[in-house]
Amino acid sequence: MVDFAGWNLPVQYAGIKDEALAVRSGGAVFDISHMGQLFVSSSIEGAAEAALDRILTSSVSSLKAGFGQYSLLLNDNGGFVDDLIAYRLQDDSYFLVVNASRISEDEAWLRAQLPDDVTLENSSEEFGAIAVQGPKSAKWFEAVQRADGESSPVPLPDRYGILDLPRSTGRFLVCRTGYTGEDGFELFCTSEFLGPWWDAVIDAGATPAGLGARDILRLEKCMSLYGSELTEDRSPIQCGLKFAVDMTKPEFPGRSVLAQQIEHGVDHRLACVKQTGKAPPPRPGYEILQDDRVVGTITSGGLSPTLECGIALVWIENGYHKVGTELMMGIRGKQYPCQVVKKPFV
Amino acid sequence: MSVPENLRYSESHEWVLDDGDGIVTVGITDFAQEKMTELVFVELPDADTEIAAGDELAVVESVKSASDIYAPVSGVVVESNAALEDDPTLVNSAPYADGWLFKIRVSDAAAVESMMDAAAYGNHISE
Repeated sequence: MVDFAGWNLPVQYAGIKDEALAVRSGGAVFDISHMGQLFVSSSIEGAAEAALDRILTSSVSSLKAGFGQYSLLLNDNGGFVDDLIAYRLQDDSYFLVVNASRISEDEAWLRAQLPDDVTLENSSEEFGAIAVQGPKSAKWFEAVQRADGESSPVPLPDRYGILDLPRSTGRFLVCRTGYTGEDGFELFCTSEFLGPWWDAVIDAGATPAGLGARDILRLEKCMSLYGSELTEDRSPIQCGLKFAVDMTKPEFPGRSVLAQQIEHGVDHRLACVKQTGKAPPPRPGYEILQDDRVVGTITSGGLSPTLECGIALVWIENGYHKVGTELMMGIRGKQYPCQVVKKPFV
Repeated sequence: MSVPENLRYSESHEWVLDDGDGIVTVGITDFAQEKMTELVFVELPDADTEIAAGDELAVVESVKSASDIYAPVSGVVVESNAALEDDPTLVNSAPYADGWLFKIRVSDAAAVESMMDAAAYGNHISE
């Protein structure tokens, strides 16, 4: 067990490699109760949408009810406050799922910008959540509903869809999203009622999986992590997240900096690098070199159970990020060959 | 926890086997391999490397962490275990046999005698 953003979380149950392979071949369940849940609403029609559209980078106005979108919260310098998924519920209120380490910062930044007629509720303390990920997830969603006594289970919504299923025990939200690149869902409810859902999905066949597996799975798909790749002084343009930014919007924090970067380019960017020979595992902080010159640093690294080699996300000088570039990883005074590859790794 | 009687031990969890003819084989103990968890990489010294007792001579690495291995005695490295390049987990499955790390020609035979015996090491790891 380790401290993760103030929470006591398991790194692994049976083993990181087995848990990660279980996700891709069948399915596993992660306890993601540490994450944050924010609700944004207004009694005035359209006010919540308009406010979020001016604050988040994505096109909130084109988000349909019953769906979510990957989005970014930026500061005035175009740097990351957080990355998140914003869901529009059927009553035109919004459900934002944010990183555990950024809940306070997100709440403060949003409160500072939301107009008086839009309400923000931080329900993070009250909610728990689990993520079920893998090809069997949809089947297991049916199984856990039956275990709960439901004779007509509902199917999972389409990808990025959200079900808002109020129960006698309180709110119950199920989203077809995840951090592994596999099919799956995330289930949010009042924490005291979450336990039986975990038990039921384990009974259905899910392997319990911890932070170690979670990290290597998202790394295999080249997904960034707040605090490792995404920081307050890096921008979406540098981090390959322009797809989450709608530059046609006239206004959102950081927009002018992004416009500059799109026009003039950036000095550094993220790239995906794979070890090409036998080497120690890549770890954050290791240097990336070419011809003995340091050109970058590893931001996240690990051993891919699927590829059986080391993979890493690196923060690297512009020009060295191109697919095919041959580089070296500096580890304990020796250099080991690696190469920039197209994303995703797997 | 396996602590073979016929070996000598260091405080940093290396074991030494006297092969005779002034050569010793060195590895890490069962206690050490269990703490490390499954090894994914081992860095070993080149043959003919001259070493003093206490020098950092090798590195064993798991997903969890990397640990330095120290020369338990002074001498010259004679050979490193090439099998560990392809299968570092031999250190976990057979720490006193196929998982040996390197062999040293010792410069002072008495140095091995003054190392901890199995009983003393057994006490050391139960503290």
